[in-house]
Amino acid sequence: MKPAPFHYHAPSTRMEALQLLTELEDARVLAGGQSLVPMLNLRLAAPENLIDLNGVADLAGIVMEGRRLTIGAMTRQRHGERSGLVREACPLLAHALSHVGHQQTRNRGTIGGSIAHMDPTAELPVVACAMDAVVVLESARGTREVPFAQWSDGYLATAIGPGEIVAAIAFPCWPAGHGWAFEEVTRRGEGYSIVSVVALLSMGADGTVDRCAIAIGGLGAAPVRADAAEAVLTGVAPGDEAIAQAGEAASELEAEGDLYAHEAFKRHLAKQLTLRALRSARDRAHAGGTGHG
Amino acid sequence: MAQHAGEATDAPVSNGLGRSVQRIEDDALLRGRGRFVDDVALPGMLHAAFLRSPYAHGRLNRIDVTEAQVLPGVHRVFTYADLRAVLTSDRIPLAMPAGAIRFDVDPFVLARDEVCHVGEPVALVIADSRHIAEDALGLIAVDIEPLPAIVDPRGGLAEGAPKARLDCPDNLVARAAMQYGDIGRAFADAAHVVAEEFHLHKGGGHSIETRGVVARFDTAERMLTVWDSTQMPHQAKRVLVRSLGLGEHQVRVIAPDVGGGFGPKFVFHPEELAVAAASMLLGRPVKWIEDRFENFMATAQERNQFWTVEAAFDAQGRLLGIRGTLIHDHGAYTPYGVALPQNSGTNLLGPYVLPAYDLDIRLCLTNLVPATPTRGAGRPQGTFVMERLLDRAAVHFGLPREEIRSRNLIRADQMPYETPLRTRDGGLMVYDSGDYPECQRRALDVSDWAGFAERRAAAVRQGRYRGIGLANYVEGSGRGPFESAAVSIGPSGKVVVTTGATAQGQGTATMLAQLVAASLGLEASQISVIAGDTAASPLGLGAFASRQAVTAGNAVHQAAMQVRAKILAIASNALEIDESDLELMNGRVSLKGAPEMGMSFGQIAGSLAGLPGMALPKGATPGLAAAVDFQPKGMAYCNGTHVAEIEIDPATCSIIVERYTVVHDCGRLINPMMVDGQVLGGVVHGISSALFEWMSVDAQGQPQTCTYADYLLATADVVPRIDIHHMESPSPLNPLGIKGAGESGTIAASAVIASAIEDALSPLGVVVRELPMTPGRLHALMAKATRDGAAA
Repeated sequence: MKPAPFHYHAPSTRMEALQLLTELEDARVLAGGQSLVPMLNLRLAAPENLIDLNGVADLAGIVMEGRRLTIGAMTRQRHGERSGLVREACPLLAHALSHVGHQQTRNRGTIGGSIAHMDPTAELPVVACAMDAVVVLESARGTREVPFAQWSDGYLATAIGPGEIVAAIAFPCWPAGHGWAFEEVTRRGEGYSIVSVVALLSMGADGTVDRCAIAIGGLGAAPVRADAAEAVLTGVAPGDEAIAQAGEAASELEAEGDLYAHEAFKRHLAKQLTLRALRSARDRAHAGGTGHG
Repeated sequence: MAQHAGEATDAPVSNGLGRSVQRIEDDALLRGRGRFVDDVALPGMLHAAFLRSPYAHGRLNRIDVTEAQVLPGVHRVFTYADLRAVLTSDRIPLAMPAGAIRFDVDPFVLARDEVCHVGEPVALVIADSRHIAEDALGLIAVDIEPLPAIVDPRGGLAEGAPKARLDCPDNLVARAAMQYGDIGRAFADAAHVVAEEFHLHKGGGHSIETRGVVARFDTAERMLTVWDSTQMPHQAKRVLVRSLGLGEHQVRVIAPDVGGGFGPKFVFHPEELAVAAASMLLGRPVKWIEDRFENFMATAQERNQFWTVEAAFDAQGRLLGIRGTLIHDHGAYTPYGVALPQNSGTNLLGPYVLPAYDLDIRLCLTNLVPATPTRGAGRPQGTFVMERLLDRAAVHFGLPREEIRSRNLIRADQMPYETPLRTRDGGLMVYDSGDYPECQRRALDVSDWAGFAERRAAAVRQGRYRGIGLANYVEGSGRGPFESAAVSIGPSGKVVVTTGATAQGQGTATMLAQLVAASLGLEASQISVIAGDTAASPLGLGAFASRQAVTAGNAVHQAAMQVRAKILAIASNALEIDESDLELMNGRVSLKGAPEMGMSFGQIAGSLAGLPGMALPKGATPGLAAAVDFQPKGMAYCNGTHVAEIEIDPATCSIIVERYTVVHDCGRLINPMMVDGQVLGGVVHGISSALFEWMSVDAQGQPQTCTYADYLLATADVVPRIDIHHMESPSPLNPLGIKGAGESGTIAASAVIASAIEDALSPLGVVVRELPMTPGRLHALMAKATRDGAAA
């Protein structure tokens, strides 16, 4: 379990990193290493060149740009989880980050790494999916933004192009007072999730839902939006009956069984976790959108 | 006990039992000063990596190592034929005698002409570094023609099944019958019969430290030294001596600090011989450290058993007989006899009276890594079957689960209780001591079994199912034929213990030191223990069958008492003080209450070490040392009762173990803290087996769960507080009254968790027939029960 030989590059600036990525054949970028390093050791990945982004200073950081919370790709997951700004502007994200891996891996693992790797069981992509996040890509040619809905390109694959790195993830924040929830079922304790659900609700003065987002992870290669469930709730008061209907709609999403959970179980979980997430999001919205949960 | 030498003077001496002495191993281990195999670094040492079969079964047609051989940094690439040059036989001689075995399937050092499981070593690269060695693996061209693989032993035993090994006539590698009593009569007379099928799965050993070997062959002295992460250095030496054609004086095996054994390191694996042979051929030291991926693919593990059983009961719920079949997945080779399913069969009896028994055990060769014991060694499966049958019968008779057990438990006044079964050494299986009904009574009491209804009601109010389970078990511990230990004191005054027992992290050194310290008036920390070195102890067996406290513990106790007696005799003579007025304290023997009136152990040892031409003290024999090979008269049976409480969230199908209680009886406790640690670790391993551990293999024999992301072990966040209580029924079979404690914690865990799950889901009528009980499996069971309920 030793990696195949590779050339190691440690650029210190963003420009230098992008230059290397353009010039070098068969290069991979190294962020927190929580997924890539095991893959290197198992020789599942054997790039000729490894470009280490850990020395690139300006790739980490959390800023509010208008209503957009932009998180630099090299920001450690633990940093995001503990950030006052994240907790304030996007309590869902801070909470979901606390479910990523374990504290020890979050100290090292990065937000951009998780979005770039797109593990089907990962928590962060589910949040990005629900929030219509935008992946900010950079290359020597310039910057482009990819809406999260167009980000996945199958199992462990994304829309990233040659010479590009994930530079940041931008999360459009929901209005103050919105309700949110993150629910997951894991195979064991604090481990990989089988299915996870994110729900976001914002309600008008009349108590009806004016906006709703439900994203479900674990059913397939990438998280999906439960469009039908969202439609059920939008424009109505989120009573138990409406939530039950939304849960039914979520259970009708397509699911791929795997070694650990058959398709019927995943759909069962999609429904049950949608119910839980919606009830909890509604309760938070009624409470005026409480902070970090 | 009076027949034992030294007993008369034993009385005033503390025997060291019952004290939670701090572990003498921990200072070095906690400060990172342990010395494991990977810490061995020798001048000129090279590194090994194994090319492993990617197929479960295939004909090995050709290996071309040309390209690998010329990679810079590669010293040699060995195939079977290369290593065979220094071996005395084609196969590694590991066969253990057993009447049940139809044909011996000893492994090869490297695959010769057939590969029989994924991960089987095919070629060996020796290079300057492990990195380079792994690079070279990718340059070896292997032509393997795939053959049909046997993965499911039930299919493997079917008429016309493909052969798992071309060199065997069929796949039925062994067959054993366990039979006694009039089984036909039992079923003819039965008031009720419970019939069940179980598919039981148990995982691997999963020691933190994987396997590892460093071998150094000194070409001038023709001396082979092997540092081996093993439970059995003496056995490893025997195999190396025989396979390499060397004399006993030319091979030394050292098991340094070992980071956990749990069974698989009992087994001699091909890599141990391959690395030693490579070192001989190259004249250079060679190191191989198994990585975790290899550990999953190539280290022996436990796996699948398929039981079809029925139990006959009389009208009062008393067992009349059990009959059935057990199909056992044996794997591709036989590195460890057939004890694993036999333990399952014998341990099924547990603490119960079973008048008649008929179990047909068939072991099927499969194209999977050999199945050999992991902690519990097949016993958890037998216990699972018996306990599940009792729970099924309890439902039928409308009896509380504790009541049907009480009606079948062996009573204290029946001890020693002779079962009609024979153990593998041919003797009758006799339970030596214990009070099983009292053990169950205490477990119900301390777990507040009676108050469970309230806890269940509280859970139901929260929308959750809550269940409580109960299981009883026994474990034959302290297996012979012997273990060796010696105590010696030299002129330096230092007390040194050498033993054939080996330390795997369980506190063996502390256990032995504690016993010796008590006899000699010292603290455990003042004793040096050398375990796991064939040069230190000429004889020894090692760590298996929860045996070392019983066997090495009694050996070292007797040796220490002999040394004590000699110290007293010499001192009494020299000081002209009656022995009964002397005491041993702080490394000195002196007049009671007058420490200045005495001699140090070093002075006594010095007087016995001899000076050229000078006489020894009058009447004395040379040296201050004693060695004892303790031979236990029979197995010491520990027992226990487990009670588990679990909650199930019907929405997520997750199982939370909320409470866990153990009442445990392993006879006299030496170090209660360490026994608690053993029991706790065993229970966690058992919970892990019951709920998480699953070595999945696809239909082609490819293992699918070879990382800890895929293969789950219980972690701290899913293990509840485990309450451990002890009873102490001394074993009459050894002077200290000890029984083993290393494995027993695992034995009832699967059964008790299943019992609790069934109890929790009794409104649905769910029956647990399969392990591990993962959320996906539980969902399927609950969904089916709900459908069946709706249909009915």
